[in-house]
Amino acid sequence: MSDMTWFTVLSTLGAALAVAIGMMFPALAMGKAISQALDAIARQPEAEKSIMRTLFIGLAMIESLAIYVLVIVLIILFRNPLLEYII
Amino acid sequence: MEASTIVFTIGSFAITSVVVTTWGIMFVIGITCWLATRNLSLNPGRLQTMLEGIVTAMQDSIDTIIPGHAQQLLPFIATLWIYIVIANLVGLIPQLHSPTGNLSVTVGLALLVFLSVHWFGIRNDGIRGYLKHYLSPTPLLLPFHIISEITRTIALAVRLFGNIMSLELVALLVLLVAGLLVPIPLLMLHIVESLVQAYIFGMLALIYVAGAMQSQQHFKNDNKGNIT
Repeated sequence: MSDMTWFTVLSTLGAALAVAIGMMFPALAMGKAISQALDAIARQPEAEKSIMRTLFIGLAMIESLAIYVLVIVLIILFRNPLLEYII
Repeated sequence: MEASTIVFTIGSFAITSVVVTTWGIMFVIGITCWLATRNLSLNPGRLQTMLEGIVTAMQDSIDTIIPGHAQQLLPFIATLWIYIVIANLVGLIPQLHSPTGNLSVTVGLALLVFLSVHWFGIRNDGIRGYLKHYLSPTPLLLPFHIISEITRTIALAVRLFGNIMSLELVALLVLLVAGLLVPIPLLMLHIVESLVQAYIFGMLALIYVAGAMQSQQHFKNDNKGNIT
C-alpha cells in the first residue's frame, strides 16, 4: 500500500480509538462524581445548593477532558499538520 | 470547522459573519435594555420585573461565592453570562452560527477573564500584596502558579469553543447521515448545553477572580460553601 493509504487508515483508526478511550474514562469519572454528589445530597439535603454548584463545576472540568480529545481528533482528521511530510 | 465567511470589507479589513452576528447581539441587548429602563417605576411592569429577577438572581449567586463584593463584580460577570447565553442560543436560529463556536471569540473572552483576575486582584490587595500571593507558601511554587494561570485560561477558551462547535458539528453530521427532522433532539440538547456552558464559564471566571481577591484575606468560616 502507498504511504497515503497507510496515513489515511492509521489516522482514521487513531481517531476512532482516541474517541473511544478518551470518552470512556471521563464518563466513568462523571458517573462517580454524580453518584457521590447524590449521596451527599441524600445525607444532607439542606446543602443541596452548594453541592450542586460544586458538582456542575467539577463536571465541566471533567467534561473539558473529553472536549480536548474531540478537538485533537478533529485536528487529526481535518487539519493534520504532519500531512505535509508525506505529500 | 469551516472558516467564517467574509460578509464585507472595510478597506483591506475583512468583516466576518462572526463579527456581524456579535454586532447584532449587542444591538438586541442594547435595545432591550434601553426599552426596559426607559421609564422605571416602583410598581414594575412585566418586562421590568423579569429583568430585575435576572439581575437579582445573578447578584445573589455572586454574593454566595464572594460575600460583600457583589456590586463590584456584577457588571463583568453578568455581562459574560448574558452575552454567552445569547451567543450560544443564536446558533439555533437558521442561517446563523454561534459566535462562541469560533475559537477567536472564546479566546478573546478568556483573555478578558485573565486580565480582569489581575485587575480585581490588584485593586483589592494593592500591587505588592497581590504579587506576594504568587510566592505564598514558598517561592518554589512560582512556576506552578504561572503555569496554572496560563493553562486555566486556555482551558476556559477551549471548553466553550469545543462544546459549541461540536454541538453544531454533530447536528450537521446527523443531518448528513439521517433525514431532515432527525437532528431536532440534538437541538434540544443544544439548548441545555448552551445554558450550562454559559453558567460554567461565568462561574469559573467568578471563582478565578474571587481567588485573586481573597488571596490576602484569611478565609472566613461563614458556612456559605466557598469554593476557592
